[in-house]
Amino acid sequence: MSAILGSLLKRYYFERLADIRAPARAPEREFGYFRPGSGMVRHISVRDDAGLRLLLSQNAPPDVYCSNAYYAFPELPMREKEWRGADLIFDVDAKDLALPCRAEHAVRVCECSRVHARAECPHCGSQKSQARSLPCKKCIKAAWDEVEKLLKILEEDLGITGAIAYFSGNEGFHVHVEDPGTYKLGSKERLEIADYVSFRGAIPELVGLPRNAEKKKPAKPAEPDNPGWPGRYARHALASKAARSRAKKEAESGGYQLAQARLAEAAPVIGARIDPGVTTDVHRIFRLAGTVNGKSGLSKIPWEGEGDPYEAAALLGGDPREVVAECPVRFALGGSRFGPFEHGRVRVPAYAAAYMICKGLASDPA
Amino acid sequence: MLEVGEDEPAAPRRKKLEVGEDELARYPFLDEAGDYMKDTGFSLEDLAADPAFGRVRDMALARIEAAAEGRVFMKGAPDELPVEIYSFLLAVVMLKISSRRAMYGRFALAEARRAERFLESDLRRDTRASMGDATRGVVARIMHDLFEVDIERDGDDITMPVPSYLLHSTGFHEREWKLVNRRVSGGMVRLTPREAVRLLRSAVASYISSRITSARTPPSVPGLEKYVSRITELAAAFEPAASYTGEYPPCIKHAIGVLEKGENLPHSGRFMLGTYLLNAGKSIEEIAPLFKGAPDYNENTTLYQLRSLKEGAGGSGYSCPSCDKLRTQDLCHETAECAGISHPGQFGRGR
Repeated sequence: MSAILGSLLKRYYFERLADIRAPARAPEREFGYFRPGSGMVRHISVRDDAGLRLLLSQNAPPDVYCSNAYYAFPELPMREKEWRGADLIFDVDAKDLALPCRAEHAVRVCECSRVHARAECPHCGSQKSQARSLPCKKCIKAAWDEVEKLLKILEEDLGITGAIAYFSGNEGFHVHVEDPGTYKLGSKERLEIADYVSFRGAIPELVGLPRNAEKKKPAKPAEPDNPGWPGRYARHALASKAARSRAKKEAESGGYQLAQARLAEAAPVIGARIDPGVTTDVHRIFRLAGTVNGKSGLSKIPWEGEGDPYEAAALLGGDPREVVAECPVRFALGGSRFGPFEHGRVRVPAYAAAYMICKGLASDPA
Repeated sequence: MLEVGEDEPAAPRRKKLEVGEDELARYPFLDEAGDYMKDTGFSLEDLAADPAFGRVRDMALARIEAAAEGRVFMKGAPDELPVEIYSFLLAVVMLKISSRRAMYGRFALAEARRAERFLESDLRRDTRASMGDATRGVVARIMHDLFEVDIERDGDDITMPVPSYLLHSTGFHEREWKLVNRRVSGGMVRLTPREAVRLLRSAVASYISSRITSARTPPSVPGLEKYVSRITELAAAFEPAASYTGEYPPCIKHAIGVLEKGENLPHSGRFMLGTYLLNAGKSIEEIAPLFKGAPDYNENTTLYQLRSLKEGAGGSGYSCPSCDKLRTQDLCHETAECAGISHPGQFGRGR
């Protein structure tokens, strides 16, 4: 690991230790962290705030994780842990939204460590490289829009009011739900919730457009003031009298498939675009709130939508650090703009130095 | 004395419901039916051999025969209430003595479907479904005490919390049961009375099945021999013709065992078993009889589904899920012999 990044992490965990709290039911959760040079250390049990702070101050790890699951024996191997339940978690990632701007701030880090934006490295000719994205405000705003949709659906439809959103520290948000009603739900049940918030799998009957609608069982398109998805869909696609009349006629003349296709088209627009694989995983470990994200050097912090998370989460310090950087795109961080940088030494605030190091766009000076 | 006790581990005892004789006749699977029997002072020997109870014995067998035929046992006119109750209890005893587990599931499912009709009409009639009401109706009490589902009445509809709905709905394959296709608001799912009781059919069947397996009965009872023989005959049609004895991984052995016992294997378990055996080179015709033990067995449906597994996924057939996936579906029954494998197909192979 970079010596600069290592020293910044030590300082971070020294100065901010008192602000970092162990999550609820900490003794029942599995903790883990990334140890540079030897990989993931898992199956750790932490009893309380003091135990967590000891772990962080001793190791100053680039990544710290905690399970959403509660176990009888969190420190034992997976098969012996005895699962007792799990928080419900949603992940919204800007990369899944595939916005057109993404191509403008994506770079490739070649195996020779140089940075470029082509299929083939202009420095060594290698085609082996790793994609890195430096998300822009548009990306993170779009991801937050999905979180807002999600929070509204959780509250209005599913009656979940205590959900907490976190900026993940990189390209998106995590929404944590610690609701006793959902602890015991298994993967299948959580998939149903994931499908619900995404409006995935809806059938025309839901919005009053039955198959083979006829006089006996007429189509009755959903009204905008209906609760839940029927109303939400009606406000999106059946808001006008003309739209409702057209939908009714279509349903009564064998237009079921068309109605089905329209619902599928609406899903990414009115549904929350989450990663269902995360929500359904009842054994996953998640980045711990208050710790640093090793992919960016930014912190995972609670987020309510006001301001710029790339400013608020840049907490590794503003004192200048010199690094050897190569960053062909501009990026905004900590309230300032940086780059582009041609290959060479630059002096930037510590948080920006850490950001580029974590992204593979900078290294310690020789 | 006839008892439905704890011969085998059963669900923890719950607080008794206050139910009347007419309600016990509709829901004879409740614990309280056993208490009713005790209170009347008749013994199992009386029911099995006393000529006065011939109608009870015949009705008990008729209930089982109806189940074997996939029918719901319903008589034109209701019999005397005690006969309705005793015949169910005696049917349970007959089944337990027969040890024909293939019949347990079928009987449980048929009785669950029978109860469903009463549950629905009681639920429609009952205006006190609210769980906050101490005098709530019998259906609300059954749902709460047996299945931990708290229902509320809202106009003609029934509402229940989203988690309760999910715990009982994910076994359905039809798209209309998906949560996204339900009317959901404020954390509650709105259902018609019919949907509410249909939702719990599988749970009621499991409960009845557990009542049979936990019934405390002697190995044989004079007077019931011909009834038990008849059950053995009926069960032959549902017992798997071929039982695989090869070295299958424990998850597969467990799934086969579940079917052999006539218990319900969830959809995910059926998918695992079907894909595993197809990928192991078994033919559809070899595999289909294994599913005979399923309480809802239907030959045509089974063949159709196995063909779908074999020809699906773009024609190459579906793969058996990985061990990780099976773990999340509660289908993994790992043993020491599973060490080092990540897929059931790797079991027993040199590594």
